[in-house]
Amino acid sequence: MTDKLDSYIEAAAEALNLPLDPAWKPAVKANLAVTLGHAATVAEFALPDEAEPAPIYKV
Amino acid sequence: MSGDHTWSTAAEIASAVGSGNVSAAEVTAQILAVIDRRNPVFNAFTAVTAERAVARARAIDASPGKSKLPLAGVPFAVKNLFDIEGLPTVAGSKINRARTPASRDAVLIERLEATGAVLVGALNMGEYAYDFTGENVHDGPSRNPHDPARMSGGSSGGSGSAVGGGMVPLALGSDTNGSIRVPSSLCGIFGLKPTYGRLTRARSFPFVASLDHLGPFARTVRDLALSYDAMQGFDADDAACVDRPAESTAPFLEQGLNGLRVAVAGGYFRKGASPEALGALDTVAKALNAREIEIPHAHRARAAAYVITATEGAALHLERLRRQAGDFDPAVRDRLIAGAMVPSTLVVKAQNFRRWYREAVLALFKECDAIIAPATPVTAPKLGQVNFTLDGVELSVRPNMGLYTQPISFIGLPVAAVPVPLKPLPIGVQIIAAPWREDVALRVAYALEKMGVAAAPRPRL
Repeated sequence: MTDKLDSYIEAAAEALNLPLDPAWKPAVKANLAVTLGHAATVAEFALPDEAEPAPIYKV
Repeated sequence: MSGDHTWSTAAEIASAVGSGNVSAAEVTAQILAVIDRRNPVFNAFTAVTAERAVARARAIDASPGKSKLPLAGVPFAVKNLFDIEGLPTVAGSKINRARTPASRDAVLIERLEATGAVLVGALNMGEYAYDFTGENVHDGPSRNPHDPARMSGGSSGGSGSAVGGGMVPLALGSDTNGSIRVPSSLCGIFGLKPTYGRLTRARSFPFVASLDHLGPFARTVRDLALSYDAMQGFDADDAACVDRPAESTAPFLEQGLNGLRVAVAGGYFRKGASPEALGALDTVAKALNAREIEIPHAHRARAAAYVITATEGAALHLERLRRQAGDFDPAVRDRLIAGAMVPSTLVVKAQNFRRWYREAVLALFKECDAIIAPATPVTAPKLGQVNFTLDGVELSVRPNMGLYTQPISFIGLPVAAVPVPLKPLPIGVQIIAAPWREDVALRVAYALEKMGVAAAPRPRL
């Protein structure tokens, strides 16, 4: 996973035309790992296909 | 000269100015002098609008209707992501200093000034509001009024520092994931994050449109209510602002707890909390006779808020990252770059969960009217502190001060943060109500203030 994330970050930076100074990579990687971990916490909770997203949110 | 008004409440100032016991000009002069004295220590202000404030105060003094203005002569300041006419809206950044100066004030500034308040300046904040510490690499940190070696909390750190430090009785800030409630907790003051869509965000610099809220800070609940009431009302210039009538809260504060059922959040909201946070929560719970309930999947809500924040924030700043990455605060830049790389499928899942979670939490309000929870896991950390240990796990301070605030703002619920005046440092508790029931949150907060359980401690300055 570690090496894959490094490769992913380099490919994503290239594809998205984002600057990525080598000195920034460890912090970007750490932040991305945390965010993907949170995303996995969300994704593991199965919702029905009919579950609507809430991109425009009226309480 | 009619006494010292530098620790007066907004209500006291408005009453004194309205009745002619003191002039708005005199109050403004006192406040500008105290800012001049204290700001070099606390670094709460990034701009002081003295000339404008003096002119505004004189206009109020000359107004025949000043006795009817609910905030007559009340000085206030705003987080520097609010547009102030004539200033670039920096939002805590270096990059935005090159922006064209704002041609008009933010709507909430206009609404406060329409009720007699006097803008005295712009306040320090974490860069682009992606922060819970109050630190800023460009402007230096805003400092905690109870210990200048400690954090004010972020991202509305200057707002917390200025109100807690007696430089203004009232300030405005923004709260995307906790940025009103965290500084309120660390600086020992009251804060209100209203329902999502209640207060217009027009002419303020955004962060995460799905989650951004604006709201007030003060040293009493009545001041929160007075300012909040002055700012309500639909505004078509904010796409999220909901068209519903203003619902005053100040007239109902005295109703107290009468008929209100209060619960205390257990489970997730006790995990990782320091003894101070738990002690404050238990004191408030006891005073309110609160029974424990569980907010379901709060950890997942926090995770989803984290994902939406990272990605929407990255989308907002994508071009600036491409062109001016070196001009960002490195801590913000690295989080935003990472956010830009999160697959969109995962963001949609977070938004799917958001709707599900909203229904689950709203069901709890059939059984209770308000839920209390800690505002922060700890009292103010030292400036520069990078990590802390919660529940035996070492975590980064910057994203984790919002552990308990994120699952609540995620679904836009209104929250009053109330300070419990522990020594040597205060800590806050969240009073969470159902959507559009700011009145309930403020009534509970007011009752706690009356009981002496919640209070903004006056620092030794």
